[in-house]
Amino acid sequence: MTPVKCYPPKPERVYFFGTCLVDLFYPEAGLDGIRLLEREGIEVLFPQDQTCCGQPPYTSGYHDEARAVAAAQLDLFPEPWPIIVPSGSCGGMMRTHYPQLFAGTPQEAQAREVAGRVFELTEFLVHVCHLRLEDRGEPETVVMHTSCSARREMGLAETGPALLGKLGQVELVEQARASECCGFGGTFAVRHPEVSAAMVEDKTQAIEATGATRFVTSDCGCMMNIAGRFEHQKKPVKGEHIASYLWRRTS
Amino acid sequence: MSAPTHPVQTYSPREFHRQAHDALGNPQIRANFRKAMDGLMAKRRDIFSDWDLETLRELGANIRLRALAKLPDLLERLEANCAANGIRVHWAESGEEACRLIREICEAHDAKSVIKGKSMVSEEMHLNAHLEAAGIEALESDLGEYLVQLNEQTPSHIIMPAIHLNTDEISGILHDKTGTERTRDVDYMTAAARAQLRERFMAADVGISGVNFAVAETGTLCLVENEGNGRMTTTVPPVHIAVTGIEKVVEHLRDVPPLYALLTRSATGQHVTTYFNMISSPRKTGEHDGPREVHLVLVDSGRSNIYQDDELLDTLRCIRCGACMNHCPVYTRVGGHTYGTTYPGPIGSILSPHLMGLEETKDLPTASSLCGACGEVCPVKIPIPDLLVRLRKESVGEGRGNVPGAGVKRAKSEVAAWKAFQWLATHPGVWRGSMAMAGKLKALMPSRLGPWTECRSAPKPAKTTLHALVKRHHATKHDGEER
Repeated sequence: MTPVKCYPPKPERVYFFGTCLVDLFYPEAGLDGIRLLEREGIEVLFPQDQTCCGQPPYTSGYHDEARAVAAAQLDLFPEPWPIIVPSGSCGGMMRTHYPQLFAGTPQEAQAREVAGRVFELTEFLVHVCHLRLEDRGEPETVVMHTSCSARREMGLAETGPALLGKLGQVELVEQARASECCGFGGTFAVRHPEVSAAMVEDKTQAIEATGATRFVTSDCGCMMNIAGRFEHQKKPVKGEHIASYLWRRTS
Repeated sequence: MSAPTHPVQTYSPREFHRQAHDALGNPQIRANFRKAMDGLMAKRRDIFSDWDLETLRELGANIRLRALAKLPDLLERLEANCAANGIRVHWAESGEEACRLIREICEAHDAKSVIKGKSMVSEEMHLNAHLEAAGIEALESDLGEYLVQLNEQTPSHIIMPAIHLNTDEISGILHDKTGTERTRDVDYMTAAARAQLRERFMAADVGISGVNFAVAETGTLCLVENEGNGRMTTTVPPVHIAVTGIEKVVEHLRDVPPLYALLTRSATGQHVTTYFNMISSPRKTGEHDGPREVHLVLVDSGRSNIYQDDELLDTLRCIRCGACMNHCPVYTRVGGHTYGTTYPGPIGSILSPHLMGLEETKDLPTASSLCGACGEVCPVKIPIPDLLVRLRKESVGEGRGNVPGAGVKRAKSEVAAWKAFQWLATHPGVWRGSMAMAGKLKALMPSRLGPWTECRSAPKPAKTTLHALVKRHHATKHDGEER
């Protein structure tokens, strides 16, 4: 159960934690997230020393290593500004698991303080920026895939669809079993490749069955998985990070 | 239609990958589970739609936590109150000891035939095989368990043991094993099985059942069921033996209704079950029916070891509703047998390592995408994903080392890989350089990345990292402002 979060008023500045997947594979999504925030009059600080939130070793059971990686991020956000993360997965790691990971260590208080300032991008755009969007794109039908971490760990099933709902020319259609996992799960896809493959196959079929040729997601792990499956099958369905989709249609 | 053949199959958690491969390639299994799980999920969702589910789950979790907090005391009170009611209480440290105790009770009554109500703990300790080796025939009377036993299989789900079978397969089993006429008429098959079982209830020397809630303050054993077989098992034979894990105890009688409400709705989407049995004593003087003796066997079998750990303790909250497996995208695809354990699915993956050790079960804690669906539906709010991660930690030797087989997956190469990752991620300059390099060298990146690219395209590193894009973006903006 995600605790009810009290949202602050729109701040002057925010930190942006890009995540390693965005950094390496989808940097435009990160930049588009920054642009959306800047358009709301917010100055975006991007600490250049950021690397990874530490989730991969964390979910693999290597908690000493995860703690060391996470500890290296804690000092990057010294001012009390919100920390915006364009991923429910990394956001959930920082908000939910940092306090657990540092419990009983000298950095426990700092980890709690940082965790309390973490917001997933769509959450921040909806609840703090009260974002208004003017859709300049062509009429289009899209499917939203909300990541399991955004949906369950962060309690954000609604924020992605809420943003897409603000686009006048976009029809949002729901896939069958929308809340079911796409089968990525980080190292799960590598440790149990056949089960993961069966899951992503079902997910692509559900998306394809809507007739839409584009799906939008707020997590690059899911995107890599689902879009990778579509591409492998040479299907015309494309995936896009929600930040890029929103920026592209409204800029 | 020809009779489906059902070779006797055994499953082991050691063979998870092979068993998953087989299940994934079996369209019948895939379809049976998908259909059944979709149905169960919809039923649960509908029945809770007008409930304040979060408040009820909170209540359920707190009742279980309170019971566990007082577990040693409650077990003693349960024993004393059962004894006062005339129920004889036995303690078993292991499954083998529980089997031996039950066999000795049977032998003391010269029992040759045992009828069984549904009991997962009896599956866990392989009671039927133990009794059969001693010349005592044990027959399952729950319809699903009966079918699975006829088919020489084990249950594939803790609530619906035969959920892996469809109507045609069931018809084939009943025909082959009992001579029942082949049909697709479910009512006909149910009636046939009922008639077959009815005779056996009358002839059984001993009835063995499980327990859903054992109430400490009253010495009452609660049994939840739909078919009436539980009531027959516990009332018709002259001796009733109830067997349960030590964690099933609750403090008060008033603790039962909320847990019962959560159990039936989470499990099968029912407001109540057809039968709810409260067993308080053997037959009393002047009563005309009921067993002359009632025994309660309390089984530890690794549970008190789980109890010692303040985090793993949450595993023992479970009320065995099966909602976690019904909602698990992995279980839905591979089915229950693939896990090779008595308890499959998410709860099985956090419980079985304690019962069987991590050497046997090392592939189970990783058999989850950590999607969180299990934790979301658990009626007593067990943080199943966190416990899966904790067991991964134990597997690689970074936990407290108190789970049997801890450290079994520790491999030098993997430790070195994570240490290298740690080093890279704590040296931001090197990190930035490496990420930038990956983009520049993407032509050299392999287009095949092990199992990932069996069914997906390989992700391509971007030409420019976000770090670099942001730098450029800020520089441009800065220039713009100066101009």
